[in-house]
Amino acid sequence: MAGQTDMKLIKNGVRLDGRKPDELREVKIVAGVLDNADGSCYLEWGNNKVYAGVFGPMECHPRHKQKADRAIVQARYTMAPFSVNDRKRPGYDRRSTEISYIASQAFERVVMVEEFPKASIRVDMQVVEAHAGTRCAAITAASVALADAGIPMRDMIPACASGKVNDVVVLDLNKEEDNYGQADLPLAIIPSTGEVVLLQLDGHLTPDEFEQAMDLATSGCMDLYEKMRNALDNRYGGSA
Amino acid sequence: MSNDHVSNLMKGHMETLATEGKRADGRGINEYREVKIEIGMLNTAEGSAMVHLGKTKVLCGIKMLIGRPYGDSPKSGTMMTSTELAPLADQSFDPGPPREQSIELSRVVDRGIRESRMIDFEGLCIEEGEKVWTVFIDLHILDNNGNLFDCCTLAAAAALSNAKIPNVQHGVADKDVDLPVNCWPISCTFGKLGDSVILDPTSEEEGVMSARFTVAHDENGNLRAAQKGMNGAFTDSEIREAVKTARTSDNVLREALKGIQ
Repeated sequence: MAGQTDMKLIKNGVRLDGRKPDELREVKIVAGVLDNADGSCYLEWGNNKVYAGVFGPMECHPRHKQKADRAIVQARYTMAPFSVNDRKRPGYDRRSTEISYIASQAFERVVMVEEFPKASIRVDMQVVEAHAGTRCAAITAASVALADAGIPMRDMIPACASGKVNDVVVLDLNKEEDNYGQADLPLAIIPSTGEVVLLQLDGHLTPDEFEQAMDLATSGCMDLYEKMRNALDNRYGGSA
Repeated sequence: MSNDHVSNLMKGHMETLATEGKRADGRGINEYREVKIEIGMLNTAEGSAMVHLGKTKVLCGIKMLIGRPYGDSPKSGTMMTSTELAPLADQSFDPGPPREQSIELSRVVDRGIRESRMIDFEGLCIEEGEKVWTVFIDLHILDNNGNLFDCCTLAAAAALSNAKIPNVQHGVADKDVDLPVNCWPISCTFGKLGDSVILDPTSEEEGVMSARFTVAHDENGNLRAAQKGMNGAFTDSEIREAVKTARTSDNVLREALKGIQ
């Protein structure tokens, strides 16, 4: 969050990309796009493009990470070198390590890990084009991929960010808003219980703005949830 | 960072206590352990601080070097936060390169300091586009007795507060000056213990709690950074309540920080 800018990101209640403050970018979700993975998903969110693939449950490697009474979720978030304007060095950096770690923990809350002792469920998230909000896009895609893989789950977890630009609380920041905005709050919830499984915040929010941002991000998650169910519906027919 | 070896009996005990608003160590559920801050004990560092939060001890040293600014902010200094979960601090800490836990810890502390704009980065520019100061915040955990998040943020803030820019050593100016500091971020960390939410968990409590929530406020009571961790969950209202509690409970830490200025 640069937070220091005179840049007008909202004019007459309309954002640079033509959205209203409480509007999501366009989201397209397709389940089952990869052959090798047990479950997969391709997701476009605005200009973000993300693939997610799920393998398992399978034997957990390295062995010392095994849990005697449950499976672990090994989520991996990576950004392709060509996904941003300046080439990103391939592989793991501190940011992707953190995102992978908190995403693994979020998934462990919904996957029925107790059914597969000592096993591992691998969730690979690959961002191929990045325009702000990729961790939410990746987690949303991975949830659909988990469902596509037939992994027993309590629910899927949609993830969506809210934030603040030009002193207005808005839903789903785009690239400019992420760069020049004042706050970013990615949130992932379990829609059936309303529980929060992932929350991060950076930037500046007053207590009231925080309440608004929570409300907005939660409603964004519920909208996404609908699209996720539709994606599964399209692949498998019937009502998901 | 959690301790894997707490018995189910102890777990049940701690959860029952929490529903009655009590803790195994006698504290209330929204009460901090005793805080003690010492500063300026290291001569080789530009700034330093040792923070005791109960039995948790964290030593923070600040080093400053001249580096190049990022292309998109040619007039701003930069900062980098690292934490060292030294094996001597806890039986469960292994030597070797930073693991997920320590990376999460550093990044949450980093966000609290960075997003609050505690450091006046513009004041760290030496030559626009060419030379700026880079602030290295290195946190060494000496004793882990839980809640490293708050202890590290406090140690970083305290160490920054007495840091001097090493102008003389690097031939930038003929006098060392105080690092420009704008405000005071404080983080508050909560744990979900059974169905209760407790402030400032000990490592024993970390071993049985299911989820963690950290929120950093500035001195005006505005939110600057937050992070939910671990594989449990909070309800929406627990999160909102914790944010409110943090604004009153962080006074203890603020007072301790004021005491050293």
